[in-house]
Amino acid sequence: MIRQEKMTVVAQAQIATNIFELTLQGQLVQDMTPGQFVHVKVSDSFEPLLRRPISIANVDKEKSEFTMIYRAEGRGTQILSTNREGQLVDVLGPIGNGFPVEAVSPGQTALLVGGGIGVPPLHELSKQLNARGVKTIHVLGFQSEDVCFYEKEFSALGDTYYATVDGSKGTKGFVTTVFDEVKPEFDVFYSCGPLPMLRALEQYYPEKEGYLSFEERMGCGIGACFACVCNTTDAVEKDYVKVCSDGPVFPKGVVAL
Amino acid sequence: MSRINIELPGLELKNPIMPASGCFGFGREYAQLYDLSKLGAIMIKATTVETRAGNPTPRVAETAAGMLNAIGLQNPGIDKVMNEELKFLESYDVPIIANVAGTETADYVEVARRISTAQNVKALELNISCPNVKHGGIQFGTDAETARELVAAVKAVSQVPVYVKLSPNVTSIVDIAKAVEAGGADGITMINTLVGMRLHEKTGKPVIANGTGGLSGPAVKPVAIRMVYEVYKAVNIPIIGMGGVTCAQDVIDFMSVGASAVAVGTANFVDHFVCPNIIDELPAKLDELGVQHISEIIGRSHR
Repeated sequence: MIRQEKMTVVAQAQIATNIFELTLQGQLVQDMTPGQFVHVKVSDSFEPLLRRPISIANVDKEKSEFTMIYRAEGRGTQILSTNREGQLVDVLGPIGNGFPVEAVSPGQTALLVGGGIGVPPLHELSKQLNARGVKTIHVLGFQSEDVCFYEKEFSALGDTYYATVDGSKGTKGFVTTVFDEVKPEFDVFYSCGPLPMLRALEQYYPEKEGYLSFEERMGCGIGACFACVCNTTDAVEKDYVKVCSDGPVFPKGVVAL
Repeated sequence: MSRINIELPGLELKNPIMPASGCFGFGREYAQLYDLSKLGAIMIKATTVETRAGNPTPRVAETAAGMLNAIGLQNPGIDKVMNEELKFLESYDVPIIANVAGTETADYVEVARRISTAQNVKALELNISCPNVKHGGIQFGTDAETARELVAAVKAVSQVPVYVKLSPNVTSIVDIAKAVEAGGADGITMINTLVGMRLHEKTGKPVIANGTGGLSGPAVKPVAIRMVYEVYKAVNIPIIGMGGVTCAQDVIDFMSVGASAVAVGTANFVDHFVCPNIIDELPAKLDELGVQHISEIIGRSHR
């Protein structure tokens, strides 16, 4: 169920260049699944006006807390990054359909591929997959080392490989360069990141089952405004899907890349 | 006795608050959040004869105290709207105002003729002001004679009262308002969005794939208020006002300049409960103003 709630800031920290980790407490945490997102009002004023869709990086239902990791790049996220412990943040969520953790069986292996600020939702996904006895391999792409985050967290969950555009961490190049080098063996892939990365992944593993999480500019966040519409491939019956309410996660081959 | 009910041609409104067309889909999404029967009415998303795919993305861009959109009238076409969406809305006790769009007069006439027979459609809102489609839409809303003729053609086939949604992107909105009144319109809804553009900081190119988009949100409220003020003086048919409404005070403002009811658009994206919240706040607002019934404030700016 989607709820609108004033959530309490538990902690906020900068964990890499312009990358922030914000932990919030409130009831809507109880309904969260990995790959879903929240729609955040960063200010009580009209400036900025719209909510910001942000992915869910970690969920702790016992404490009713969740963590989001975001890049403070525009005005909205910069304002969000000034929130301190005890302050309230207006959150709508959880929203959308997340990653199907049951698509891979205990004992099997999942490949998790993330790019930049698409990496955070893979953390909660990896936690839940590991809890089910699924082995996870992580291939994470970043611009450079200074914007990398959660290295320890991912390493604790499974083998983790890095690609950076400038070569400052891991392999120089893209996630596909890592595939060439490591040749990971797996049963199902899950991914979140920029479109070129999702496209490359689909093409690299055409025979594998896979799930992709998409990003698009959003208005309402619940499917009413038709801002975040994507064209579909001929393989599916619908002409379009809405990233916010039909996604953000789709099986590979649904969204036209 | 309700203090906030309003009667308009075709419409018995429990309260004067309704979500604006294009900001509420066909109600399904918001129905997950609250009981749609609470609303005065619902202005459903523009419906055309055929299925429309809409514009490429990006379709929205945020601006200072507002946003631009160029969705492009995406909708499933009249068959699906009547068989699925309006059917779904029948489970709520709320009158529907069907927003009718098209490319040529015959399209408007066809949609109006059919959709006006739906059991819960109590009025039409003729969309002659969409700025985001290449043909139709705003073309009909910027020339007084064209607008008058279209309204007359639709009036001739509609089973329910016809409201006309006016564009602010004109030299004289009063001239258009008078023309649609002369064409037989039962009411006016105003304003649609203002055509605008936002540039990408690095490239200098428009952010929205369509180039231009319609500006909405709090930024446009003063323009809308001024236009309702002027049109109210010039016509004798009721006005449903809209443009940047976010709170009960905004509703009071629109009614003061002459609106009989008020639609809420962009604010539904920001506070998803804004409509029921405003409805709950209205009686206290009336107390503040020392008014028994909300209809007493309609047009008070002019008295």
